[in-house]
Amino acid sequence: MIETRDLWVRFGPVAAVRGLSFRAEPGGWTALIGPNGAGKTSALRALAGLAAYEGEVLLDGRDVRRLGRRAVARLVAFVPQKPETPPALTVAEYVLLGRTPHIPYFGGESRHDREAAASALRRLELERFAERPLGSLSGGELQRAVLARALAQEAPVLLLDEPTTALDLGRQQLVLELVDALRGDGLTVVTTMHDLTLAGQYAERLILLDEGSVVAEGAAAEVLSAPNVAAHYGANVHVVSNEAGVFILPVRAR
Amino acid sequence: MAVTAGPAEAMPRVEARGVGLRAGLVTLVFLVAAVAIGLAVGPIHIGVGSILRSALSYVPGLPVHQPLDALDRAVLWQVRAPRVALAGLVGGMLAVAGASYQGVFRNPLADPYLLGVAGGAGLGATLAIVYAASAAAGSNWTVPLAAFGGAIAAVAATYVLGRSAGAVHTTGALVLAGVTVATFTAAVQTFVQQRHTDVLQSVYSWLLGGFSTATWSDVAVCAPYVAVSSLVLVLHRRVLDVLSLGDDEASSLGVDVSRARFAIVVAATLGTAAAVSVSGLIAFVGIIVPHTIRLLVSTSYRAVVPLSLAAGAGFLVLTDVLARTILSPAELPIGVVTAFFGAPFFAVVLRTSRGIR
Repeated sequence: MIETRDLWVRFGPVAAVRGLSFRAEPGGWTALIGPNGAGKTSALRALAGLAAYEGEVLLDGRDVRRLGRRAVARLVAFVPQKPETPPALTVAEYVLLGRTPHIPYFGGESRHDREAAASALRRLELERFAERPLGSLSGGELQRAVLARALAQEAPVLLLDEPTTALDLGRQQLVLELVDALRGDGLTVVTTMHDLTLAGQYAERLILLDEGSVVAEGAAAEVLSAPNVAAHYGANVHVVSNEAGVFILPVRAR
Repeated sequence: MAVTAGPAEAMPRVEARGVGLRAGLVTLVFLVAAVAIGLAVGPIHIGVGSILRSALSYVPGLPVHQPLDALDRAVLWQVRAPRVALAGLVGGMLAVAGASYQGVFRNPLADPYLLGVAGGAGLGATLAIVYAASAAAGSNWTVPLAAFGGAIAAVAATYVLGRSAGAVHTTGALVLAGVTVATFTAAVQTFVQQRHTDVLQSVYSWLLGGFSTATWSDVAVCAPYVAVSSLVLVLHRRVLDVLSLGDDEASSLGVDVSRARFAIVVAATLGTAAAVSVSGLIAFVGIIVPHTIRLLVSTSYRAVVPLSLAAGAGFLVLTDVLARTILSPAELPIGVVTAFFGAPFFAVVLRTSRGIR
């Protein structure tokens, strides 16, 4: 479980996140949405302990600042928007690096670490890619390898920054289905997302940020209204809502 | 697509490659062969068998007779052996420091001199040669000490400048600070040289580097630094792999990135400064050796760091043999030899290493 209380992230005089408070439960999927510069990534980075913040971030009720860096890394796995994937590293070696928070600083992997990495590979159906260098993978395969590395961390909270950037429509759905299956295992998932339709279909709760502040929060049907999208994205959209979900369709303004 | 846990028997093999038996053995054989050649080759040829027997004759309790006469013994153990040992220490140190710098700065062109070691050592040595030597106050150790002090001072200045410019978050600021410090020390050094053209020759020959005056006391002074530094760097080999994922990801994996980077830079710098102070500036070793390992073995620092140490030692021992035999009895500065072979090699690395970091 991850929770924030009155979270502020500042870059000098500019506040990127202004008083964000929310709580994400195990098995839940929370999506942070909002236009460019709304503070989604800054908020996620603060949750991962990568950005300085004011306010509180709690993991299972414990203040993150009181936990050490390694302890936080055992509880929170973070995947940035553009992960660094050294091309000559094999998929297995890359996934094994996800075990770092469990390995002593100067130590090597134990048998258990290798098994955890192997089961992360299997969970994402990457067995036959294990010996392949990262540079030889396609975009979708690479994204699965990145997820496997995060999964090998065995952290109960998974933070994903724009997990579907640069993937085609089919790969986007594939990756999101995988994430959905992982939260079925009890992971707490928090993502930032650009695609509102996909966000509404996969996350059960959306938090709409604009200029750092929460402007709407709740289920897709409540948050993804045409007035909300018009006001905060400056976009002219047609919203179709039916039993299959909420669909945001861009309409050219005349 | 449905995601289900696969059958338990389909467990993929997950292992980090590391050094590997074959690459480890080949590198070890290379190092041993280089040392043997370094001891055997010279104006007086001494056979490898004689070298071995001579060495064993010093071991108490072994019934081995000294096969060499007094002159050969002196040549072998007082001239060649310290020279081989020093070249090995310096070569190993420069290569392992280069590999670590490349990892910590995620820049394939980083070498051990990146943060101002060379400029600082050059300035320190120049000042010592000009002022201490001309005042006849200098001992044999004045120049190495001044070079060591200059190197450490320059890197400290780089670090302070880099931190104030935001190097906590990016390595770019640190590299730029290194360039700034190196440019400044080069300017001062050139100015001092121009004012004292009488010592130009000795400054120049120090800068080009070499082992022609190597003694066991040089080895004794250099060895502890090289031992401690390379131990710290070898221990960091897995951390260097984690750092190759970038600061954010390494940090989110629980690594204190600035502390790890500081420890690695301090170890690499201390070792490099010690190596430079007894050998002068030897270019390219820190780049050629790690890149050869990357191309031939693996890009993982688990392989690159330990193998660079051994291969760098063997490489510089062999280069030193070339430096003292090509124009024998004259000696080529070893920096010329490493650069002469290093530059074409580096061109090949550049052409083939697209995509490799």
